Amino acid sequence: MKYFLIISVLLLSIAVQAAEDNFAFDTPAQRAQFLALTAELRCPMCQNQNIADSDAMIAHDMRRKVYTLLKQGKSEQDVIDYMKARYGDFVHYQPPVTAATMWLWAAPLLFVLFAFIVVITRKNSKIDEDREIKLAKAEAMLEQDKQ
Amino acid sequence: MKKAPLVVVPLVLFSLLIVFLFQGLFSDPRELDSQVKGKPLPAFSLPDLMSPTTIYTPDVFKGQVTILNVWGVWCVTCAVEMPFLTALKNEQNVRIVGLYFDQDLDPDFGTKTLSRVQEEVTEMLSRYGNPYAFNIFDVYRDTSLDLGVTGAPEHFIIDANGVIRMHHIGDINERVWRNKIGPLYNALIAQMNVDNNDESVTDVGPTN
Repeated sequence: MKYFLIISVLLLSIAVQAAEDNFAFDTPAQRAQFLALTAELRCPMCQNQNIADSDAMIAHDMRRKVYTLLKQGKSEQDVIDYMKARYGDFVHYQPPVTAATMWLWAAPLLFVLFAFIVVITRKNSKIDEDREIKLAKAEAMLEQDKQ
Repeated sequence: MKKAPLVVVPLVLFSLLIVFLFQGLFSDPRELDSQVKGKPLPAFSLPDLMSPTTIYTPDVFKGQVTILNVWGVWCVTCAVEMPFLTALKNEQNVRIVGLYFDQDLDPDFGTKTLSRVQEEVTEMLSRYGNPYAFNIFDVYRDTSLDLGVTGAPEHFIIDANGVIRMHHIGDINERVWRNKIGPLYNALIAQMNVDNNDESVTDVGPTN
């Protein structure tokens, strides 16, 4: 009975560990780093999922790699660079600013600027005068119709 | 006529949008920019799948043009392409080396034994044909990660100097071989033969 109790306690502890994905961290900060990294690294297999979400084998392997790299004392940027060296910029959800991706930031700004310019120039133009002239013309035409 | 340029602006923008979206129709989202293309293979030291005492390093790719095929018995598409790869080996003498990895999700806590894996591999190769000169067993899948492998099957075309010249994701079939891989492979073979002839007079292998 005593042995049974010991064994069952042991089994229970294994089960609890397994639920935590087998990752044990030195500090809570390291754990937070791991969670942040797995959330912002993208799975190359099942795209549009981060590696924390994905159940693909490659995502498992990448999580394992992130864990071992963090355990080795690597910084978050080191881990991101490590993955980028293998899977390209694609693997990180924060795209770097390059000639091609620049437009992601530039396009909305340019659009706002363009719209602003249009609004300004339209206000300055002589719309009111135009309207008065047109109204006068319309009046005249109506007068003509009546006759 | 003062307003003409303003009318043109949306039209131009719309045309650009159409061109952009039209291109998107034909782009393959799985086609990633390979980071290893044009580089030598990353350093590794891995055992042979069938006789684990034999250890391979990137040097096994020196002196011959090789297709490195990433595969596993659990991969359905690998089984589909295997007869074609075997035909390539038999008819054109293509050197194909397997980079085998097992799907056992966590290698540290895996339950599968090596002999079980070998059994499955032998069974599969006897059924679909064996295109491989030998198989490198990527035990911890580290080398796959270094190569930027996302799954299986994937292929790396490696020239005689051990430099990766192409990373092909997906299977090799007749169409892919004819349009994409075959031309490069034949060019690399020709290149190798030219290099060999420059150095010394050696026998020229089949280049068809």
